[in-house]
Amino acid sequence: MDKPEDLLPLPPATFHILMAVADEDRHGYAIIQDVAARTGGELKLSAGTLYRSIQRMLEQGLLVETQERPAPELDDERRRYYRITRFGVATARAEVARLNQLVKLARACGFAPGRA
Amino acid sequence: MRYYQALLLLYPASFRAEYGAEMRALFARRQRDVALPGKACLWIAAFFETLWNAVAVHWDILRQDLRYTARTLGRSPGFALTAILVIALGVGANTAAFSVTDFVLIRPLPFPQPDRLVMLWENVPRYPTMELSPPNYRDWKRLTQSFESMGFFSPQSVSLIGQGEPERIDGAEVSADLLPTLGVQPLIGRLFTAAEDQPGASGTAILSYRMWQSEFGGDPGIVGRQLNLNGSPFAVIGVMPRQFSYPDSDTRLWFPARSDALDQDRNNNFLDVVGRLKPGVSLEQAMSELNLIAGQLERQYPKENLHTAATVTRLRDELSQKSRTLLWALSGAAFCVLLIACTNLANLLLARGLARQRELAVRTAIGAGRERLVRQMFTESLLLAFAGGGLGVLVAMAALPLMARLVPAALPMSGAPTIDLRVLLFAALVTLIAGVAFGVGPAWRMGRGADFSGLREGSRAGSGRKERLRSALVIAEIMASVVLLVSAGMLIGALWRVQATDPGFRADGVLTMRTALSPKYSALTTRDRFYSTVLGDVRRLPGVKSAAYISFLPMTMGGGIWPVSIGGQNLQRAGADVASLRFITSGYFQTLRIALLQGRELAEQDTDSTPYVAVVSQSFVRKYWPDGDALGRHFQFGFHDRAIVGVVADVRVRGLERESEPQVYLPYRQVSGLNFLFYVPKDLAIRTAGTPEALAPAVQRIIRAADAEQPISNVRTMAQIVEDQTASRTVQARLLVGFAALAFLLAAVGIHGLLSFAVSQRSREIGVRVALGAMPRDILRMVLRQAVLVAAAGVIPGALLAYQAGLAMQSRLVGVKPDDPTTFLTAAALCVAMTIFGSLLPAWRALRVDPITALRAE
Repeated sequence: MDKPEDLLPLPPATFHILMAVADEDRHGYAIIQDVAARTGGELKLSAGTLYRSIQRMLEQGLLVETQERPAPELDDERRRYYRITRFGVATARAEVARLNQLVKLARACGFAPGRA
Repeated sequence: MRYYQALLLLYPASFRAEYGAEMRALFARRQRDVALPGKACLWIAAFFETLWNAVAVHWDILRQDLRYTARTLGRSPGFALTAILVIALGVGANTAAFSVTDFVLIRPLPFPQPDRLVMLWENVPRYPTMELSPPNYRDWKRLTQSFESMGFFSPQSVSLIGQGEPERIDGAEVSADLLPTLGVQPLIGRLFTAAEDQPGASGTAILSYRMWQSEFGGDPGIVGRQLNLNGSPFAVIGVMPRQFSYPDSDTRLWFPARSDALDQDRNNNFLDVVGRLKPGVSLEQAMSELNLIAGQLERQYPKENLHTAATVTRLRDELSQKSRTLLWALSGAAFCVLLIACTNLANLLLARGLARQRELAVRTAIGAGRERLVRQMFTESLLLAFAGGGLGVLVAMAALPLMARLVPAALPMSGAPTIDLRVLLFAALVTLIAGVAFGVGPAWRMGRGADFSGLREGSRAGSGRKERLRSALVIAEIMASVVLLVSAGMLIGALWRVQATDPGFRADGVLTMRTALSPKYSALTTRDRFYSTVLGDVRRLPGVKSAAYISFLPMTMGGGIWPVSIGGQNLQRAGADVASLRFITSGYFQTLRIALLQGRELAEQDTDSTPYVAVVSQSFVRKYWPDGDALGRHFQFGFHDRAIVGVVADVRVRGLERESEPQVYLPYRQVSGLNFLFYVPKDLAIRTAGTPEALAPAVQRIIRAADAEQPISNVRTMAQIVEDQTASRTVQARLLVGFAALAFLLAAVGIHGLLSFAVSQRSREIGVRVALGAMPRDILRMVLRQAVLVAAAGVIPGALLAYQAGLAMQSRLVGVKPDDPTTFLTAAALCVAMTIFGSLLPAWRALRVDPITALRAE
């Protein structure tokens, strides 16, 4: 099994998908909507990018497909739901740590937002 | 929606099956959400998005497969290495063969619109492509309507003096319109003008790029320089581009013919004529027009032009049929090797696939689709193919110097075949085809066979059908190796036969060199002095037994024939009454050890003031005085009546593989005036007691002392001259033997693999048989029976194919029959030996099967 650090830096789409499924299991369309909402409409994942990313994340062990279904009235047969794994959480955290470190270094060089 | 559905086809099937439905649903929802004008945008965006992501998904899978392949191959490095080597040999052989074949036969000549360039010949009985005589050339050119332009050349070497050591340079005398007809432009300077081609015009010359570089260091101020050629001044007016070399790759210099245009003799044929057809005029049309013209000229000059018709050939087809056959045979052999390599690999992969059935069944069980498995197999075979192909290009590079010796010098372009982009593309294509060819069978079987049966304990890993396929592949290998073995055998037989041909002289111990005399030697007395000095000094050298001069040594020049007439009977050149004419000094027959059968040799006493005499060869006597004694008989030859004073054995003047005309030798002093300057003795032959090469420096010193301006060229032994006769045959035979050995080895590996596998698959059955009382003899018979069946099934059709190959090569076989029993029996015996050898180890394993162990596994 890979270590979380082996996957860094994460592609933006992958990181966003991890964030979208961080608090609850979601299906594909919900992930797209969540990402769009979170970024204020800035990032609209296309179907291809989404499922390509999902396929790779499944292989890498960042996600699993869940067998549990929400209440039947909210469910659509065709939909698959994805859940973040423990490895996915660890990887996301590692990415955050990496970005933090990067921001810290950048600030030390005077690259802080809002300053001349 | 159908549009999106079609777009999804770009994705791998496994991805589509997994996510296609959801992606369609997503797209449908998006489509609902936007208004009509936005829909177009959506479609365009979807198109590019799908394209990009599909490529990315394919790439992901490829990377995974490559990683997986590298891992599995790493676990069996022996298999990987064998496979890569086998492909490397197959691809290497084909790439090398292609680079030469392409260079010589396929790529167009380096002239603009080369398909319109043709050569024109006089077609007379026995000589369908004879050079033109100047008057006939002028008449043809004047009367024809089919050609845009026409020009001639005549190869001629000249002495370059005053530029370091005097040197003999191969050049060509050309008409001013030859180079424009070819459509070439000079690199620097200009081409010849019509005025420079007139009789009496001052000398001009154009240099080849090679000569410009080697003799003048690429001097940019070369145009205008004066050269001393044959003692006359020539002004350099231009330099041709690097790749231009015409008529052959040795030509280094061109100069205008100037006086040949005045020649009136219709029987003096020495012009090689090149024409450029008018657009839209076919070769056949041009030829029938020229034949009408030739007919008209024959009526006008019934004596000189008797039976003279016209032949037109493509410039591209100038290359001899011999070189052609040779190269195609080689390409065919290389292809056979590739086929064998591919079948061997397919077999290896099949065997491996069967052994891996359980692994694949596991992968299927955990959800890998058939498409993914097949794809995985393909990736594996292509990876192997390209690793092997890369190595194969290196093999080709290593083999190229040997192969390049097959490029005939008569090719009108300079340079040698190289591994260029064209060849690399060919190699890539061969590799790809090979990869698909040996990958497709196993992959397809894998795809069909992938089910859970492989997981069952004790399942048999091979079915009868698979074994039949494997047998078929091995049979194909045996067939191909029989074809190669027989072809190689026949070519070796032909080579031996040619080498065993008696040339009529003894070549060993003879040193030769050429001193092409310049026009200052046109008077007999000056020539006489030169010969006396040189031969006198050479004969005094320690270790020299004898020395002599001759017009042209045997096998260095095929032509030089002259009409014979007897009793004043007027014989036409169209008849068969011609003989090869050579002027010699005394001591020639002794030097080359040509047997004197009757009479005497030519001697110092035969001068222009004594009766004109000749020594003739045995075939000459047989032809004209079949039942009588020839000594003392008279015949008319070379402008004089001559009496026969001696008869010598026949010599292969035209080479080991060609029929030669009867020979007539004349004393070098018995010429009148300026006749026969072309035949002036220039080839020096020296018989030595020790190694001939060791004498060369001393002889060269003697010649230089006699005339410091005299170039010396072609310093070599007579043995080398004879050996050159079979050089291309030797190379070809060596290559074909190499290919055949390769094929043989691969086929042996194939048989061994097939039988080992069969034995391991049947070990349980063998165990049962042994338990039931079968004797070792029976087991052995069982294994060998399969081997012999497979061998027989390959040898018989292989022999038929080999016979066909022999028929195709017959022109190269000099009388070795394409059904030569020795060759076929040897090849068949080798194949049987190979089969037995290949089955030894499996048979031994079969004998060692322990019934207890075999049955306990049940």
